[in-house]
Amino acid sequence: MSRIFALVDCNNFYASCEKLFRPDLKNVPMVVLSNNDGCVVARSKEAKALGIKMAVPVFQIQEQIEQHGILLFSSNYALYADLSCRVMTILEGLAPKVEVYSIDEAFLDLSGLGSAVSLLEFGQNIKETVAQWVGLSVCVGIAPTKTLAKLANHAAKKYPATGGVVDLTQRERQQRLLAITPVTDVWGVGRRLGKRLDMMGIKTALDLAKCVPATIRNSFSIVLERTVRELNGESCLDLEELPPTKQQIMCSRSFGSRITTLEQMSEAIAQYTARAAEKLRQENQQAKVLTVFVQTSQFKQSQKMYSNSVTGELVLPSSDTRELNELAMQLLKRVWKEGYSYSKGGVMLSDFYDNDTYQPGLFDDVAKRPNNTKLMAVLDEINQSGLGKVFLARQGMNNTWQMKREYLSPAYTTCWADLPKIN
Amino acid sequence: MQISILGKSCSATYSGEHQLAIPLFLDRVPAGFPSPAQDYVERTLDLNELCIKHPAATFFVRVEGDSMIEAGIYPNDILVVDRSVRAEHGDIVIAGFHGELTVKELELKPVTRLVPRNKAYQPIEVPEGCELEIFGVVTSVVRNMRRKTSAKS
Repeated sequence: MSRIFALVDCNNFYASCEKLFRPDLKNVPMVVLSNNDGCVVARSKEAKALGIKMAVPVFQIQEQIEQHGILLFSSNYALYADLSCRVMTILEGLAPKVEVYSIDEAFLDLSGLGSAVSLLEFGQNIKETVAQWVGLSVCVGIAPTKTLAKLANHAAKKYPATGGVVDLTQRERQQRLLAITPVTDVWGVGRRLGKRLDMMGIKTALDLAKCVPATIRNSFSIVLERTVRELNGESCLDLEELPPTKQQIMCSRSFGSRITTLEQMSEAIAQYTARAAEKLRQENQQAKVLTVFVQTSQFKQSQKMYSNSVTGELVLPSSDTRELNELAMQLLKRVWKEGYSYSKGGVMLSDFYDNDTYQPGLFDDVAKRPNNTKLMAVLDEINQSGLGKVFLARQGMNNTWQMKREYLSPAYTTCWADLPKIN
Repeated sequence: MQISILGKSCSATYSGEHQLAIPLFLDRVPAGFPSPAQDYVERTLDLNELCIKHPAATFFVRVEGDSMIEAGIYPNDILVVDRSVRAEHGDIVIAGFHGELTVKELELKPVTRLVPRNKAYQPIEVPEGCELEIFGVVTSVVRNMRRKTSAKS
C-alpha cells in the first residue's frame, strides 16, 4: 500500500505564542532570545521582513532594534510547551497516527486516507482547526514520504498562493517542486554536504533525486541514499510514534555571569544535578554513571581557555538527589581549576536501570538510605506544586550566575497568578 | 430550602492527570439536618468535566474592571474561555479590539457591537472594515466567594 505522510509545522512558533495574548503586538516586529538573552532564536514575520537573521547576537542588531522598535522577549518555555502540547493534542484527534517531531512540528501518517477524502481539504481542516482552537497558524505539507512532506511544507510556507497547504502526492508536482528547490533545502542535507554535492554538479533537489541510489551510498552514506529514494516517492522513514526511552539525561546551561569561584560552581552543579535527578525520577529510572563538565567561553579569545569533564560511577544506581549530588561534588573538585572564568557547566546522567532492578555484586556495599524513594516523591510533589521549593543547601540561595531572562513574558497558561488580564 | 450534596470537586488543572477521586453521595439532605447514615458511593465528580469540553482549546483569563457586572462577571473572577466554539449573537466573548483583550457581549445584528453589561458604559460599535478578533467564547465563571483565600499558586 502506498504511504501518505503530512508534516504540520507551526509558523514562527515562539513569536506567535508571545503574540497570542497580546493583540497590541499584531503587526509589531519582535524576536525571541536564547537563554541568557544572547542571540535571536525566533522572529515574527515582521522581524524577518526587516532582515533580522536567525541566531544573530542581540548586540549586533542594537541599531535596528532601536530604529524599528523591535520588541525583545526572553524564551518563555512554560508558555511554548503548553501551547505545543495543545497543538499536538488537536493533531492526535484529527489524524490516525502522530509523531511529535519537535516542539512545533509533527508528522502524521495518513496512509489509506487518500481514497476517502481529499487530502488538500484534510490539510486545510487541520490548519483551520489549529487556528481556531489555539490561535496559532500552521503549514501542512502532504506527500508519499517524510522527506517530500518536509519539502511540501517548505513550499506551503514559502508560497502564499498555496494558502499554507500543499498536496504533493502527484509525481508531476513533485518533479516541478524538486526542480526549483536548492539541494540544501532537502531534509538532512546540510551546508557541508550541500557543498560536496554542488562540486559534483548536484545543485537542485531534482539533481539529487536523479542520482543512482547505490552510487550515493558508496560515495556518501546510507542515510543520503535513503534521502534519494524518499525524493523519488519510495518511503524509507517510518513514523516514530513512541519516543525511545532516554539513554541519558543532560542538564547544562550557560551562566548569566561568569563563574570564578568553586563555591559558585558547586551551587550551579548541585542545581543541575537536582534538576537532572528530578527528570530521572519522572522517567522511573535510576542512573549509575554521572559526568560533570565545566568550560570557559569559546568566543572570548583573549581569555585563557579550559574545558574538561570527569565521569564517576555509583555502587548502586540511584535517583536520589542526595546520592547523585554527593558524587557530583566529588567529581567537580577533580575537574575544577582555579583562575579561569567559566561560562558553562553541567551534568550528565547515564547507564540507566529500571527502579530497583539492578543486581549488585556480592561484595558491594549496598546499604541504601532508608525511605529515600518516599522522600524524593515528597520533594518532587512540593517542587512541582508551584507553592514553594525544597532543595539541598548546596544549591545556594543567592544564585548570581542564574540565567538572564530580562524580557520574560508571563506564564499565561500555566500559572494562576499569570493569567491574562481582561478588562 | 433544600440542597443536594453532590460531593466535592477536584483541583482545576485541565490536564486531568492529578484528578482527585471524590465519592458522590446520592442522598437528599434537608438544610440544617444532614443525615449521612445512608450514604453510598455512586461515582466521582470532576469539575473539569462540567466546565471544560475541549481541554486543548480552553484558556483561563482573569477579569479586571466592572463593565460586565450585570452579567454576573465581577473583578478578579476567572473566566473559562473555549476557543473551539464559534461565537454567536448574544455570546459573551473575549475580543481583541484596539490592541486590547476585553470581555463583552457580542451582538451581530443589526450591527456588530461589543456590549458591556453595566449601564455606566457605552456599547462599542465595530465599524465595517474594522477588524474585530474574537479570542474565544466565555463558557463559565469561576469565583471564589472568600476572596482572602483566592487561588494564588
